[in-house]
Amino acid sequence: MKSLSEIETTSKRASRAVGFSWGIAEEVAKGVRLLELFGLPGIKNLNQYYSLINKKKFENLSIIKKNNKPKKLFFCPIFLGVSILDQIKTLEILKKINFKKIKYPILLLPFLSRCSNIIGKKILFRFENNTFILNFNLNILSNLKKKEFPSVAKKVEIIFLENKDSFTEKEWKKLYKLSENTFVEETESLKKGAAGAGLTDND
Amino acid sequence: MNIKLRDPNIIMKLSRLGSFHQSRLSFLRSFLSEFKDWEYKKDLFNLDENGYGIAVYSFTKKDRVYSLICFANKINDEERSDRVIATKWDAAFTLHDGIPTKKDIQRLKNEVPKQEVGRLSYKELTLSRANKSVRIFDHVVESLSKGLQPNSDLLEKVGYLYRTTAVYGSGKFGLADRFRIKDREEINGPFRLEMMLVYLVRQFTFDQVNHVAKNKNPKTAVNLDPKICKNLGIGNSTGLGMAPFIVNHPTLLNNWILCRETALKEIRELKKVNSKEINLFKECVRKSIKNITSWNTESEYQLYKIKYLLKDVRKFLNFIENEFNFQKEHPFNSLYLWLEKETCDECIEYIVSLMMEPFGEIVQPLIREMSSDEDKYFDIPSDRTVGDLRSIIEKKYSNILNIDFEQKKNYKKFWFISKNKEEPRLADRFEEEGSELEQPLAIARDIKKLYNKLLSKNKSLKMNKFLFDNSELRHVIRRAFIIEKFPYSEIQDNTISESLVPIDMLRLKLSFFGALKFDPRSDKWLRICMFQGAPLPNELKYFDEQWVYN
Repeated sequence: MKSLSEIETTSKRASRAVGFSWGIAEEVAKGVRLLELFGLPGIKNLNQYYSLINKKKFENLSIIKKNNKPKKLFFCPIFLGVSILDQIKTLEILKKINFKKIKYPILLLPFLSRCSNIIGKKILFRFENNTFILNFNLNILSNLKKKEFPSVAKKVEIIFLENKDSFTEKEWKKLYKLSENTFVEETESLKKGAAGAGLTDND
Repeated sequence: MNIKLRDPNIIMKLSRLGSFHQSRLSFLRSFLSEFKDWEYKKDLFNLDENGYGIAVYSFTKKDRVYSLICFANKINDEERSDRVIATKWDAAFTLHDGIPTKKDIQRLKNEVPKQEVGRLSYKELTLSRANKSVRIFDHVVESLSKGLQPNSDLLEKVGYLYRTTAVYGSGKFGLADRFRIKDREEINGPFRLEMMLVYLVRQFTFDQVNHVAKNKNPKTAVNLDPKICKNLGIGNSTGLGMAPFIVNHPTLLNNWILCRETALKEIRELKKVNSKEINLFKECVRKSIKNITSWNTESEYQLYKIKYLLKDVRKFLNFIENEFNFQKEHPFNSLYLWLEKETCDECIEYIVSLMMEPFGEIVQPLIREMSSDEDKYFDIPSDRTVGDLRSIIEKKYSNILNIDFEQKKNYKKFWFISKNKEEPRLADRFEEEGSELEQPLAIARDIKKLYNKLLSKNKSLKMNKFLFDNSELRHVIRRAFIIEKFPYSEIQDNTISESLVPIDMLRLKLSFFGALKFDPRSDKWLRICMFQGAPLPNELKYFDEQWVYN
């Protein structure tokens, strides 16, 4: 088994070797490490993408807007990931951003995962029938059942989820009531003596 | 009195970093303190009459066990090389997490002796190999087998029976990643498991030499005197492999230096010191003279440094014994200021290390601050502006900005990774090929390039926009935002200059390891000694914290 340290170092060097700057190579390496840590096929997909990168061209995107479409080709997931990461604080305001045609979308996931941590919000990443929830860079939830990760995402939505409870107020109250069974009912004597401050503190 | 931390522009110069010495903060000393109440055991010692075979040693506390597995092999003299290109060694070692099963040992027997081309698993924590100092080992065997103790002068001169040529950890060759074990309290300090490996290897070398002598002449052989054992350490040959580490781990480097600087600051701020502390300090300085006079090297560079160190330490000793009044307020501040005025860099840093000896209560809590969660500081704050970054660079890299990178001598060298050994190397870019594959270790040059780019941009431009057109500078932009928070994270020098002395980079790291007797063999590699004078495993419970100076 390869260690995550080996995965990171080799991914960084390979990324530099295909032409990315050292700084971007460092970002890719952190991302592939994260994917492999979460049990997702980072090395496999990076390899596949890098075997294409010298044969085909991919598009970059400097300013990300609400709707983003490549001019002719597919978006490069790495340049796109870095751009999203760098602009995340302004993108968050848009609540939802859309992209058309991204190659190897799995390589975008670790960038979104880190974005989730930076803005303190969960991020929903959706393309075709595949859904991913990026949870504060702690884990990635997915409905993807197939072993092979799609090599293309045609229509992509990235939604910044507002921080809200996943349960109803009624469900919360029910659980809270149960938790109250660990409390002690205070007698008059306990009211007087068990707390630090007095009953009146007008001094 | 509030003493300021020393200026990174002075301390982080390579010549100064290359003058650092071991101290109470050093990793091998903090390892001994941490593991002193662990149970030490020799679990297996299955060597043949020539000393070849397998041995296992362990440290245990409650449910936690760390086991060193040693594989001693026969090699021919012509196969023995300390260089990283070697493929065979007298002995190979791994530190296993837990008690190894027979199956583990069988698996490791096939992998550990192969070192870099073998594969380890997440159950192994560190990996190393070592070669005998043949001259010493044979002499010791010969003497012991005749019932005599070896020539102590000869042993003292060399200082070890074996020297390691690499110690690997943190995920190399399949070893456990740091994240798997980082929350264990006993290894909350850098390189602790690497230190454990070296320490247990030292014990193996004594057991092996006794075993071989005994087999050579069972009737007359005696064991190596424990006092002699104690004065032997483990040698180490270190090359450029270590140098990029301190560039590639800026927050970790900061934490090491910051702890040293904080300790010095707090000691200088002490208003009064008691007689016990004064006496211990004086005694350490006095005894440490022996460490300098027994420091053997053929390196002219080091001999020159030792000569002035010895002269200045003697001058300092004379000053504290005959002139200085320790009863005055803030005595260590006065002493430090005297050192700056009267002595060389090597002596200043030497005495700074010694100043920590009486003040365990200041030093000890700092040891836990010496690790770093590097990922926490990896993200570039892309909402900051060009103006912010310019100001950081002007404040934190002011000396770097004065370097003229138009001059060839200032960018003559380049760092690369050797295809043959996957190890860092340094070469002349005007005479050798390969500079197009240069590693990102020319931080000074790239920071200056970044600064020049920033000058032409509007100060209010956000980094996310600047980054888009300047992706080739992303790695140094990240660093500049790191140094804003971590003042000692960067070497304030030019690592590709014609005048670069790479062993300064190695010495910095080795001093934090706790190495003694730096012996440069060229400007690119050196030999050192570790654990010389350290307590033996059976003495760990009640050892003298100042063993380095005994």
